[in-house]
Amino acid sequence: MARHQFNISRSADSVSAPPSSRELTTDTVFRGIAWICASLIIVLTACLLFKIGAQAVPAIRQHGLGFIFGTTWDVSRETFGVLPEIWGTLYSSFLALLIGGSFGVAIAIFLTQEFISPRLAAIFRTIVEMLAAIPSVVYGLWGIYVVIPMLRPISEFLNAWLGWFPMFSTDLAGPGLAPAALVLAIMILPTVAAISVDAMRRIPYKVKEAAYGMGTTRWEAILKVMLPTASSGILAALVLGFGRALGETMALAMLIGNSNQINLSLFAPANTLASLLASSFPEAGQIEVQALMYAALVLLAITFLVNVGGLAIQQYTVRKFEGKR
Amino acid sequence: MSSSIFRKFALATVGASLVIGSSVATADTKLIGSGASFPFPIYSKWFKDFSKASDGVRVDYQAKGSGAGIQDLVNGTVDFAASDAAMNAEEMSKVDKGVVLLPLTAGEVVLAYNLDGVDELNLPRDVYPQIFTGEITQWNDEAIVAANPDAELPDEQITVVVRSDSSGTTHVFTGHLSEVSDDFKSTIGQGKSPQWPQTQSFIKAPKNDGITATIKQTPGAIGYIEYGYAKLTGATTARLENAAGNYIAAGAESGAAALASAEFSDATLPESEVPDLISWIYDPAGEQAYPIASFTWLLAYKEQDDEKAAVIRDFVEYAITEGQKSSDELGYIPLPESVIERVRNAATFIQ
Repeated sequence: MARHQFNISRSADSVSAPPSSRELTTDTVFRGIAWICASLIIVLTACLLFKIGAQAVPAIRQHGLGFIFGTTWDVSRETFGVLPEIWGTLYSSFLALLIGGSFGVAIAIFLTQEFISPRLAAIFRTIVEMLAAIPSVVYGLWGIYVVIPMLRPISEFLNAWLGWFPMFSTDLAGPGLAPAALVLAIMILPTVAAISVDAMRRIPYKVKEAAYGMGTTRWEAILKVMLPTASSGILAALVLGFGRALGETMALAMLIGNSNQINLSLFAPANTLASLLASSFPEAGQIEVQALMYAALVLLAITFLVNVGGLAIQQYTVRKFEGKR
Repeated sequence: MSSSIFRKFALATVGASLVIGSSVATADTKLIGSGASFPFPIYSKWFKDFSKASDGVRVDYQAKGSGAGIQDLVNGTVDFAASDAAMNAEEMSKVDKGVVLLPLTAGEVVLAYNLDGVDELNLPRDVYPQIFTGEITQWNDEAIVAANPDAELPDEQITVVVRSDSSGTTHVFTGHLSEVSDDFKSTIGQGKSPQWPQTQSFIKAPKNDGITATIKQTPGAIGYIEYGYAKLTGATTARLENAAGNYIAAGAESGAAALASAEFSDATLPESEVPDLISWIYDPAGEQAYPIASFTWLLAYKEQDDEKAAVIRDFVEYAITEGQKSSDELGYIPLPESVIERVRNAATFIQ
């Protein structure tokens, strides 16, 4: 029937025409290339997993689950455990998300809800996005020379007055969790802010008009209408930010103190998986490399779980706030 | 008798290799090496000068770390390697072409610290191992105060900075501490990356420069670095009590005094006729010897093609003669004459 219609329109000498054979070939080729590219990503991920997994097998066989719950990393005695690193990775990323996430969302509200003129908002947005272009090492150096000296008196004050509270139970000697988390928060800020801004912008203007039309104040509109409507996009931003924080290496290796211990204190040195990998790989012997591969696998598993978890929460909010799809 | 034959043979070979070297030079020979980062500053100066002196020879050296260098040598991806921890028998047995180990330079490990108003610090033999086992935690600890009656030591916590990466420097340093203190030996022991005490006063930083930067930024910090880095950055370093009971600062003379007590056996490397030039000076005996010093080794194949062998022999000869002159200014210790003789002899096994 479709063919019939084509014929009719053609005979009527109209502008529409059936696709030429060249267009059809282009379409098939493009489709093929798109398929190959898409499947290559999956193949690449599978290859990566396989390679790391294969190298980690001897370590997995030898250390088993004890690797995840062990707290010692001693190459000369061949004892390997990454619990302090897992703890440090999650704790630092969580703190970074708490700080960077709230600032990121606040910036998104500030830039999209007519607090400032659109031109000024564009300038602000560019500046925030420029933060993403600063290399990790520069953040690390800035942390060492600016953030740590700045935090030291604060940590001494908090430790002296609120030392009974576990999070302030030590003071900051040099590198430690607090400067690392703070710098990490700034590093994930552009990601969270940029995606949240996009999410807020995608809300149809009539939603806001409807909210104001019903007599809400500005804050009621933002908190009860705009944020829930954009919630799935904002959640995606937070998940991406958290993922970035989990994998960040260089700045953390410079700032966190690389100390294998589990401590609730914000000002104690800690360690992360990525930092352990970065600092141990260059000089690692064969047995240590296997253990490091196992650690890499653990890091991969954590990021995977975080992404899946984030996705699940996102689906849930989409259903709750945006209606069934 | 055999040694005099050796010597004649050595001299003849060196002479011949110099002649061959100049003819080889036109052939654009290129050497690839990798390994220890500690001797990198002096090696890179040597490679540059050697390349100029023998136009056409190019040497590419990557300071990846001792462990990686040994790995590369075993895998056969380089022409030579360098290591601060020499090689163990198992590693040597994996190299099919055989290895020749040559100590080309030596360095000292110093304790750098950051204490406002304290420019000189003496650390007794029983004190500094205890700092690194985490037993002494305050700068105004009685034991430290007793050794430094004139210094105003603050009531401040000692922050100990150690290496986060596996390193030859750590191997040398922990080797010395294990020799001096049984307690250190049993709780931590020698290693390239041992398990340090898990307390909040221990901080790890990557590489020599990372430790130096962390110490400079952290009041009350102490850490171990190569003397060359301390000299370069002007870090304040402690004087350590040596085996003879004297407090000695690191430097060219005290380093040379430490090397003087190095003992080389006349044994050969396992399953090979190459002289064994591995010697550790964990606790030098001399009156004026600085207590923590160590050689660093160049690792070459025993067998390779003639051209490369000739160039490597040329380079070794250059390093132990002309090269030693730049040791002092870069913070390394010149090799004693007796060691140079042994290196020259062993280099003839590179064929």
